[in-house]
This record gives sequence, structure tokens and C-alpha cells, in this order.
Amino acid sequence: MPVAERERRMSRPYGGVFVARSRIMDGEDITRALRRMAHEILERNHGSEELILIGLQTGGVQLAHALAATLEDIEDLEQHSLPVCTLDVALYRDDIGIRPVIPEEVTDIPFDLDSKVVVLVDDVLFTGRTIRAALDAVIDFGRPKMVQLAVMVDRGHRELPIRPDFVGKNLPTRRHELVNVTMDGVELGELQKS
Amino acid sequence: MIRHPDTVIKGGRLIDASGEQSGDILISDGQIVAVGQDLQGEILIDAGGCIVSPGLVDLHAHLRQPGKEETETIASGARAAVLGGYTAVLAMPNTTPTIDCAAVVREVLELGRASVCDVHTTGAITVGRAGEQLAPMAEMAALGVKVFTDDGTGVQDDRLMRRAMEYASGLGLTLAQHCEVNSLSEGTCMHEGEWSARLGLPGQPSESEELMVMRDIALARLTGAKIHFQHMSTAGSAALIAAAKAKGMSVTAEAAPHHFTLTDACCEHYDATFKVHPPLRSQSDLEAIKNALAAGSLDAIATDHAPHAAEDKELPFDQAPPGMLGLEYALALAFSELVDGGEMTEAEVLAAMSWRPAAIAGMDNHGQRLVVGVPANLCVIDPSQRWVIDATGGASLSRNVPYVGKEVRGKVRHTIVFGEVVVRDGEVQR
Amino acid sequence: MNSLNAQEARDKGRSQRAHLLSIADLDREEIEELLRVTDTFVEVGRRPIPKVPALRGRTVVMLFFEDSTRTRLSFETAAKRLSADTMSFSVSSSSLNKGESVRDTIETIEAMGIDAVVVRHKSSGVPAQIARWTSASVINAGDGWHQHPTQALLDAYTARSHLGSLEGRRIALVGDIKHSRVARSNIEIFTALGAQVTLVAPRTLLPASLSAWPVQVSQDLDAVLPTVDVCYLLRMQQERMTEALVPSLREYTATYGLTSARADRMADGAIIMHPGPMNRGVEIASEVADRPSAVITEQVANGVAVRSAVLFTLLGAGRQQSSSAAYAANVSNELPIQTDSVLAEELAHAEEAT
Ligand SMILES: [Zn+2]
Ligand SMILES: [Zn+2]
Repeated sequence: MPVAERERRMSRPYGGVFVARSRIMDGEDITRALRRMAHEILERNHGSEELILIGLQTGGVQLAHALAATLEDIEDLEQHSLPVCTLDVALYRDDIGIRPVIPEEVTDIPFDLDSKVVVLVDDVLFTGRTIRAALDAVIDFGRPKMVQLAVMVDRGHRELPIRPDFVGKNLPTRRHELVNVTMDGVELGELQKS
Repeated sequence: MIRHPDTVIKGGRLIDASGEQSGDILISDGQIVAVGQDLQGEILIDAGGCIVSPGLVDLHAHLRQPGKEETETIASGARAAVLGGYTAVLAMPNTTPTIDCAAVVREVLELGRASVCDVHTTGAITVGRAGEQLAPMAEMAALGVKVFTDDGTGVQDDRLMRRAMEYASGLGLTLAQHCEVNSLSEGTCMHEGEWSARLGLPGQPSESEELMVMRDIALARLTGAKIHFQHMSTAGSAALIAAAKAKGMSVTAEAAPHHFTLTDACCEHYDATFKVHPPLRSQSDLEAIKNALAAGSLDAIATDHAPHAAEDKELPFDQAPPGMLGLEYALALAFSELVDGGEMTEAEVLAAMSWRPAAIAGMDNHGQRLVVGVPANLCVIDPSQRWVIDATGGASLSRNVPYVGKEVRGKVRHTIVFGEVVVRDGEVQR
Repeated sequence: MNSLNAQEARDKGRSQRAHLLSIADLDREEIEELLRVTDTFVEVGRRPIPKVPALRGRTVVMLFFEDSTRTRLSFETAAKRLSADTMSFSVSSSSLNKGESVRDTIETIEAMGIDAVVVRHKSSGVPAQIARWTSASVINAGDGWHQHPTQALLDAYTARSHLGSLEGRRIALVGDIKHSRVARSNIEIFTALGAQVTLVAPRTLLPASLSAWPVQVSQDLDAVLPTVDVCYLLRMQQERMTEALVPSLREYTATYGLTSARADRMADGAIIMHPGPMNRGVEIASEVADRPSAVITEQVANGVAVRSAVLFTLLGAGRQQSSSAAYAANVSNELPIQTDSVLAEELAHAEEAT
């Protein structure tokens, strides 16, 4: 994320600094969760043949790659043989014009999605609005056989009828809290207004 | 003349061409009848803490009548003038029809007599200001016109200007020139420099003014005519005039308040309120104009008050008409920019705005010393009052004010024209 | 004194929307951001369905007081790729001919409910004036000799796609600088991005003062050409001859035209640009225009993506004119409660991305 955009988000009225209050998962927990999710994905889809992973910018991208590597490992596939795409849903959001929305990365979906099983990968599932936008975007790229959703953390507070297919951890949260997911772990905390 | 009640102005600092003193002034029958201490009259005007000066004289006002009465009339322009401390104004001839014959002069003077200010008029040098044929100057001079100009444009043709000078000097008249060589300024709408380059607006070089100043100095030398240079805006022009004066030539010149207050950078937002001819120049030109006023090489401050309708000023910058209001702001701008800037004293500003312009225009009833027997054309100025210029345009029918939001010092409290208190406590009385 | 601005005082209180009036209003970061968002729209343009719903329900008006089908179509396509509605208003079909003022026109159009207005006018500054009279976002599509900011953005985008960063790159702008809005906006964008710009033109085609810009000037194209990464040619208008700014087209071409022989002396990897439409045989030899190093059609192609990026950034990204502080102040009072949660989600993303 460019500095300008980041600073904008961090300044008032959104401004603030993320302050972690508790550590929910560590790096090993993440790895274990990814492995379990990978098994579930393989089980649900009878293997990995038709899979295309789409990581949502920006939090889901790293997880999508990690998930793909785990799948490849379990299935004994060559490294980077599973297609992993990235999607920035900014242009599909429902709050354009209400708050600053700017694409952060260029979407990269160089594969035909027709008749494939698309697994959307994101770090945190919250209101569900990002996933709604992602579903619209995916359909502009083709007609997948099925779209599934994998998230590392489901923190509740859905505002749309959307549910994940594969979850790393269900984490009850308060609305104002923030969940910070990295490959090193998951932290729960809040934004301190600067 | 209508009889006005005896008026006494008490307790002011009396400043005129002879210097400063303190005291009261008693006015009766339109004249000063006593100057001294503890004078009494029917009407009392308190001038405590104020300057009492001979009324200001504007050598350059566009009153727009006849022809453009929706932007200004002689009556409304005169109200603006007296609010600005002016007791006399010299109207420019670029009206419709042009003030280029006795009939139009008569009309203007007639309207002027009904107004609150002493309105004088210039006549055009050439018929219709077209620069082709001399206007009947003698016929207009017979009605009291003493200054001739084609203001709005300069007389382009060298030979015609020479003839005009010869003809006018034979009649003892003064020619005033709007210096702008059209072939260098045609199609331009601002000063040529960094800002015109940046804004992509066609600019005119300082030289389009200076070439005509040079030419007219040369022609004045040739013909011996009295020439007055209007709204000098460039460092080069100021230097040329200083040099001509140093050689003993009887040239005079004026500068407009906007040329010592604003620069071409003001055009940054394409607000045509800042469009004027000659254009707002660079900072160094601005400094040169200030210095020349201080040195006296520029004799007078003249407003070039030029009202325009709002819809005309909203045209694209290159199509909008040039000109800005000035009558109600000139004195305060001079105090704020020149006196507070350390260039001039208040008395020197008043010289440039009252007695020197009165002498240039041959207005014997104005700018006189504050002594017994002279016509009571006076203004009372509160030099300490600070005020913020607003966008209303004051008494003018137009609102093209380029100084909106600017804080200035010095406010005209009272103005007295031929003994009548026409402005009292900052309000026009009729 | 320069801070004195009647208009500012007069218009205080009018709600401020973001505009794109001049490259000079943008700082380097904002330019970089627009170019980055352009990447996104280049990708959108390659999709099977090259259209996103981002500006659904928004209306963009093309207000062209001077005809330019190319620019208008480019903006229209850009708006349609964002699912915005478009209206076209050209001078010939409007009442402007009947003495209606620009202000009346914009106020009439605004009453129809518009979000952005794309303005082209033959007089410099008209978009800036319009911005004072409307609450819609104003996008300058070319005003007089002043600016053509989206052209500059697409040129910078195109140059960067060939050269990478423009930092330290040498760019020659050749031809009629004085009367060119493209030149003014390109000088500003290229220098803002760190390039060294040399203007190559006879002095009659240069502004009298160049102190506004950090540029070099040369009258010797042959000396400049081998040193540059970009040779940007400007269109030579026929009417400059009648104004006696150059003696003849022949002499102009001989001195400032990019002939085959001159193009041969350009460095490897250097590119040739032109805003179009070209006068083949005048500022550029026909054969040179068709070389692979001439990226002129690419410039046109990138136009749509750049204009989408501008429209989206102005209307969608909620960005305020070159001031993030003003921007924050502006957004704060229109924040519905609901967005807090979206924000939280977004921030979680933001945290991880770093
Ligand atoms: Zn004039
Ligand atoms: Zn004038």
C-alpha cells in the first residue's frame, strides 16, 4: 500500500493505531489451520483438479499462496502448479462514494474460470460485504462451476447472507474490535485514535 | 448656489500643500470663512483625531454614462467618489456615444451638476476614439474641458498624435494618454511574464506601454505640448518619466491603486475581477511604481475606477472586459500600501490625491490650501480606522472589487463639496 | 499580496468537490497514485467484460465548448467502463450560441443532477471558473493554451510503461510550446516525476518567461536528440505561419521536424511521442511515425484507462483536491455508522499488507 493511502486511512476520522490486546493464534496455529482447511477443501471437492484459488487483496493473497502450497504438499503436486489468482474488489464495493475506496493492487486472473471451482481466500470474514463484492467480480470473469469461501478468521457480525465454507478459527468479537492476521499469528485489539 | 448652513469642522489636523496645523474650519456660503481655534457654526463636524484635507481629486474615473447605465451612472459614480473622499472627478470619454463633441460634454456636465460630486469630463482626442480624425477640441474646451484622452486605447498613429499635440497646445489644453501599442498588445489579457506562461494566457509585454511613453515624450519635446501619462504600470515607464522630468519637460503622470497593490499573480484563479488595462504587473514593477510615487516622478494617484457588470466579469478571462472599481478604496489602499509600507507620508499621499491632480486637470476649485476665501471642498479622514473591504461594491452599481477581504487603514468620515456636507459619518447625505 | 483572492472570499462556504483542473494542483504522490490506479483500469480493459460497477448511478457530463471527438469519446468510454451514465453537451447543440453564459449553462446542467463535468473550452481558465459555480467535480479536458491534464497523465503513464521510473530521464518537448496546453501540462507532470525536460523550439514559439518551470531550452534539436529518452513532438498549427512566428513550414520542418535521419540518431530504447493528430511530414516524418519506437497509438489506448482512473479517483475514492487534511474533514461529516465496521475490516487488511 502506498504511503499516501496508508496515511490517509490512518489519519482522522479513520485514524489511529492498531493496538493488540490479546494473541489468538500463533504461527504454528496458522500452519495447522491451513493444513486442516486444505484437507477440508480436498475432501469437499474430491481432490484439487478443478481448483482455482483467488486471494482477496490484500489480506487474502498471502494466505491463498500458503493454502496453495499446503494443498500442493498434501496432494504431492509440483510447487506452484495450483492456479492462484488475486482479486482487488475495490471497484465492486457497495460503499464507493461513502468512504474512500481506492484499488490497492491490480487484479490478476489470467485463467478461464468457466467450470472451475473457485475458492475465495481472505483473512478475516466480518460483515460479508467484501465477499459480496468479490462474488460480483468473479462472475465478470466467467461462470465457475462453484464458488467457495475460505477465511482464516470468522469474527461474526455479518450484514449479508454469506457464510464461509472453510474457517481457520471462529472468533467472537465486539464490533469495534479489530482482528489482525499475519502469517505469524492472529491478534485481537482495537484502533486507538491518534 | 444653494445656501447651506454654516458648518464648523472642529479639532482636526489640517493638512494641505503648505503643511500641517491644527485648528477649526468655519464654512459659510460654500467657502472657508475662518480658520482658527474655537470657531462656532450651525452644523458641527467633529474631526478629533482626523485629518482635514482639501477634497481628493480623481483624474481617472469611468462613470459609464451615457451608454452603460446598468453598470454605473454619473450619480452613482459620484456617490462612490464622495464616499472615497473625492470632491471632484474627471470622467473618461469612452462612453456610448463617446464624449467627443459639445453635445455629449453638455449632457455629462449636466448630469454631473445634479450629482453629489463636482464632475468634470475629459473629451476624446479623436472622433469616436477611433484614432483617425481629431475631435472638435475647441468646441469642447469652450464648455470647460481641459484634458483630452482616448482612454481605453492609446492614439496609435504617430502623425495623428503629433497633430493632436500641436492643436491642443495651441489651445492651452492637456492631452492624456492611455499608453498601449496595439500591435504588441492585441489579443492579450494580462501581463507577459511567469504567470501568463503558467496560466496559458496571452500576455502583453511592459514594452507595449513603454514604447508609447517614449514616443509621446519625444512628440511632446517636438511640439511643446502638455502631456499627462495615465495609469503608469511598469518600472520602465516610471524611469522614462523620471528622465523626462529631469530634462525639464512638463510631463505629468498618474498611477492607479491596483498597480501598487496587486500583481499578475492575482490572475492565478482566472478571476476576471483582476483583469485590467494596463494589466497587473510583476512585483518589481509594483515596487517601482511605489518608489516613483514616493519620489514624485509619478505625480498623482488616480483610480481608473472602471465598473463592469458581474455577467461580463464572468466571461472567460480572455473575453472579459478590463477594469476594476477604485473610488472608495484608493485612499485606504494608499495609506495601507504606501504610508504603512514606509514609502510616503500621509501628507505626500494627499498631495498625490488632491492638490497635484487638481493642478494637472486645471481644477481651480479643488486642492486649494485651507485658507479663507477658497471653495469649501474638503474631506475628513480618520487615519486610524481599520476596515475590511467587502464585495458589495459600495455605492457603485457594479461589484468588480479586487480587494475583497483585504484589511486596510484610513476611512473617509466626512466629505464637503462646495460647503455641502455630502458625506457625514461615512453615509452619503443625498 | 498574492494571497488576495476575491473569488476565494466570495465562494467561501460553497461545498468543495475534488476537481482535476491542472497538473500543477497535484503533488508527486497524487500523480503516482493516479498512475497506479490506471494500472487497475488497464487490467479492467483487458477483461472479457471490460466494465465494473464502481460508478453506477453517477452521471458524467461532457461539456465541450470546442469540438474534440477523440477526447470526448475517450472520456465517454472511460465513464461507461465505470458504469456511469453519460450526457453530452456540445456548443453547437446548446443555447450557448444564443448568448447564454457559461455560468447559466453549468447551472442548468447541474440542476439535472450531475456528479462530474468534463470541460473543453478554447479559453484558458474556463474549467477553473466552472469549478466555482458547480458542486460537481470538474475535469479539465483541455482549456485554451493552459492545461490538458489527462493527456499529461496518459503520456506519463505511457512513458513509464516503456522506461520505468521517469526519475532522471531526459525528455525533449519539441515545437510550439507557447500555444500548447499539452506542453504546459506535460512539462509539469514530467518534472514532477523527476524527469529533466528540455524545450526545443524557436523563441517565437516559447512563452516569454520560463521561470515558472525547471526546464532547459535549446534551439538545436540535433544536439538534444541523442541525449534523450523521450522525444515528444507537439503539433505544428498552420496558423502559426500566418502570425509570422516561423518563416515557413519548410524551414520549421528542416529545423525542428523529426526526420528519419534525426530519428536514427536517437538512443536505443528512446521513444517518440505525439499527442495527435499528427501532421505527417511537418513535425514528424511519416516513416518515423510508423517506427516501433513511436508509441503514439499506445498513448491513445492508455487514454481510456487514465480517464477511468481520474473519474474513479474523483468520484469514487472520495479524494479532496490535493489536501488530505481537507479530505478528512470533508469525509468525517458524511460517515454513516455502518462504515465503521467496513473500516475495521479494511484496517485489518491494511495492517497485514505492511
Ligand atoms: Zn486606460
Ligand atoms: Zn481608464
